[in-house]
Amino acid sequence: MNIHEYQGKEILNSFGVRIQRGIVAHNATEAVNAAKELTEQTGTGWHVIKAQVHAGGRGKGGGVKLAKNLKEVEEIAGDIIGMNLVTPQTSAEGKKVHQVLVAEDVYYPGDSETSEIYMSVLLNRATGRNMIMYSTEGGVDIESVAEKTPHLIFNEEIDPTVGLLPFQARRIAFNLGLSGTAFKEMVKFVTALYTAFEKSDSSLFEINPVLKTSDDKILAVDAKVTLDDNALFRHKDYAEMRDIREENPTEVEAKEVGLNYVDLDGNVGCMVNGAGLAMATMDLIKQAGGEPANFLDVGGTADAKRVEEAFRIILKDEKVEAILVNIFGGIVRCDRVAQGIVDAYKNLGDKINVPIIVRLQGTNADIAKELIDNSGLKIHSAVEFQEAADKVQEVLS
Amino acid sequence: MSVLVNKNSKIIVQGFTGSEGTFHAEQMIEYGTNVVGGVTPGKGGQKHLDRPVFNTVADAVKETGADVSLIFVPPAFAADAIMEAADAGIKVIITITEGIPVADMVKASNYIKNKDTRLVGPNCPGVITPGEAKVGIMPGFVFKKGNVGIVSKSGTLTYEAADQVVKQGLGITTAIGIGGDPIIGTTTKEAVELLMNDDDTEIIVMIGEIGGQLEADAAQWVKENGNRKPVIGFIAGETAPAGRTMGHAGAIVGGSEDTAQAKKKILKENGIHVVDSPAEIGKKVAEVLKG
Repeated sequence: MNIHEYQGKEILNSFGVRIQRGIVAHNATEAVNAAKELTEQTGTGWHVIKAQVHAGGRGKGGGVKLAKNLKEVEEIAGDIIGMNLVTPQTSAEGKKVHQVLVAEDVYYPGDSETSEIYMSVLLNRATGRNMIMYSTEGGVDIESVAEKTPHLIFNEEIDPTVGLLPFQARRIAFNLGLSGTAFKEMVKFVTALYTAFEKSDSSLFEINPVLKTSDDKILAVDAKVTLDDNALFRHKDYAEMRDIREENPTEVEAKEVGLNYVDLDGNVGCMVNGAGLAMATMDLIKQAGGEPANFLDVGGTADAKRVEEAFRIILKDEKVEAILVNIFGGIVRCDRVAQGIVDAYKNLGDKINVPIIVRLQGTNADIAKELIDNSGLKIHSAVEFQEAADKVQEVLS
Repeated sequence: MSVLVNKNSKIIVQGFTGSEGTFHAEQMIEYGTNVVGGVTPGKGGQKHLDRPVFNTVADAVKETGADVSLIFVPPAFAADAIMEAADAGIKVIITITEGIPVADMVKASNYIKNKDTRLVGPNCPGVITPGEAKVGIMPGFVFKKGNVGIVSKSGTLTYEAADQVVKQGLGITTAIGIGGDPIIGTTTKEAVELLMNDDDTEIIVMIGEIGGQLEADAAQWVKENGNRKPVIGFIAGETAPAGRTMGHAGAIVGGSEDTAQAKKKILKENGIHVVDSPAEIGKKVAEVLKG
C-alpha cells in the first residue's frame, strides 16, 4: 500500500528518524496557520509547500515550491491545492491535489555545505534479504545515476538473524564521505531507518534526498514509503492511512467485492482464474490484435455471483469492445462456471452490450460448451486457448 | 523416476483440519497420494479423514516417518509452520498459503538455509508426479504420466500447459509450482536443475512471468551446463504495465530487466525455445521433441 509523504514521515519519526518537519493543510488558510505554527516550533523563516499525491517527480510538475513569507504560503498553497498535478509518474490528466505539506526550510546557510544523499531500503529478491541502497548523488533521478555513474551507488545487505550491525552503519557513513558530527548523525539516522523499515513491515523506503544540513544534521527531506499489504493485519493504524482518492475508483470497488482487478487502457476486457493465466490471456489478446482493458483474477470460486460482479466491473470501462472469459476448471467444474455465466448474463440483461467470448477448459469443458451454446445467449464459446484468441480477432474485425 | 515427490513419499498436511486442508487432503487421498497424517496444534490425538492428527510436526515425524509436508496454515502463522517443519526434519516443505508477510518470509527462508530441507512455494499450487503423488491443489486428472518436466510460477497456467502437453499425446514426469511471491524457497533454476538431473525427464517447460530475475538465472544455468535437455520457455505479462502488481505479489515490473521482453531475450540468448503465445506451449514441446 502506498501512503503520502507526510504519513511516511510520521512513521519514520515514530522510530526516531530525523525528518524535515511539517504540518498538513487542506486549504490556503490552514496552510498559513500551519506555517505560523511551524515557525514557532522550528524557527524556520521560509516554508516549502509540497503537494501530497501518490506520485514521484512532484517538483517537476510544479507541486513543490518555496514560500519566503506568509503571503507566498497563502498564494502557493492556494494554487497547488485543487490543481491537477502532472508529473513524469502520473497520467496525462495528472492527479488532483487535496492537501499540501507545509514544511520547514532545511537548506538554510551555515558553517558547512549542504549535500543531498539518496537512500532506499528494499528487499533483494535474489538473496531473500533486505538491503540499503545509497548514493552520494541524491536529489536526482536514481535511475539515471544507475545508468551514468553506477559506481556511485552502494548496497549494504542485512543478515536477518542479527539485523543492521554497527560496522555496516559506519561503512555507509564512510562511503558517503561524511566525518565529524555528520558521520555520527548518519550512523544514528541509518540505524533508526532500518529499525523503522523492519518494525513497520514496509516493502520499500525511498528517501530522496536525505539531507546533510549546513549544521551537520542528517534528515529525511522526502519519504516514499510502501507498506506490505500482507502485513497490514498487524498494523491497524497504518491500514487507516489508506487514501482511496489516490486509487482508481473501479479498482477500489473491485477490491471491495474481493476481485483482483487492475485497470488498463485497452479495448478487450478479460476475466480469468489465476494471476499467471490472466497475464497470459492479456498477452494473447494483444497477439490477436486487441489491447487488454484490464487484469482480472476471479480466483478459485468462479460462481454466478462473482462472475456477475466481474462483468459489472469490466463493463464500467466504456472503452471495452469485447470481453474474453478464460477459465481453466480444475477443482471448479466448468459446467458450474458456465451456469454462473449464463445466470450472470441474464441478470445483467441489457447492460451487456458487447460481444462475449467464453473459453472454458478442464473438468466438464464439453458439457459447459453445450450449456452455453444452448443458452440462446449471444456468447461465443471456445474450448482451446487459440480458438478463444481467434474469436477475439473475429469480433474485433 | 521423478523429482521431489513420488509414491513412497510420506506426506503430512499442516493445517489438516481446516476447511482448505480438509478439502485438498481428501482430493489427494482420492488421487492415491500417501497422506500419513496431519498437524493441527491442540487437536493432537484425534482422527481426521481416517488419519492421525498431531499437535506438532515433530510428533508427526516421530510417529509416521513423514518426509514431506504440505502447508495450508493461514498467512499470519504460515512462516512459523515452515520453520517448524524444517526443525522437525521434513525434507520437502510445500507451502500453498498465499499472502504471507514478506518480513516473515525473510526470517523463514534464512532459518531454513542451513537445514537439510527444501521449501517449495509459498503461494504455489504444489508439486505433482502423475500416477504417484499429488501434493497440492492442482486438478489431478489434467496431468498424465510422461517425459515432460514442468516448472511454473503460476497455478492455472501450469494446468493449461500440462493440458496442452497431454493433448499432444505426451505426459509429465513432475510438475513443480514454485510460486509467485517475492521470496520463494525453490527457485526456477533449482527446479530446472532437479528436472535436468532426472533420467525420465526428456524436455522441460519453464513458465515464468514479469518481476525478479529467476528465469534469467535459470536460463544462464541451462547454458552453462551445456543445454543438456531442451527447455521450452514462456513468460507471462508482456502487456503488464510497469509498477503495478499483477495478482502475484512478485509479479511487478520494477526496472527494464524484469519485463517479459527482457526475460525472453535472455532466454533466447541461452538456447531456450521461447514461445510468444501461451496457446502454443504444447505444440512447441511436441515439435522440439520430434526434432
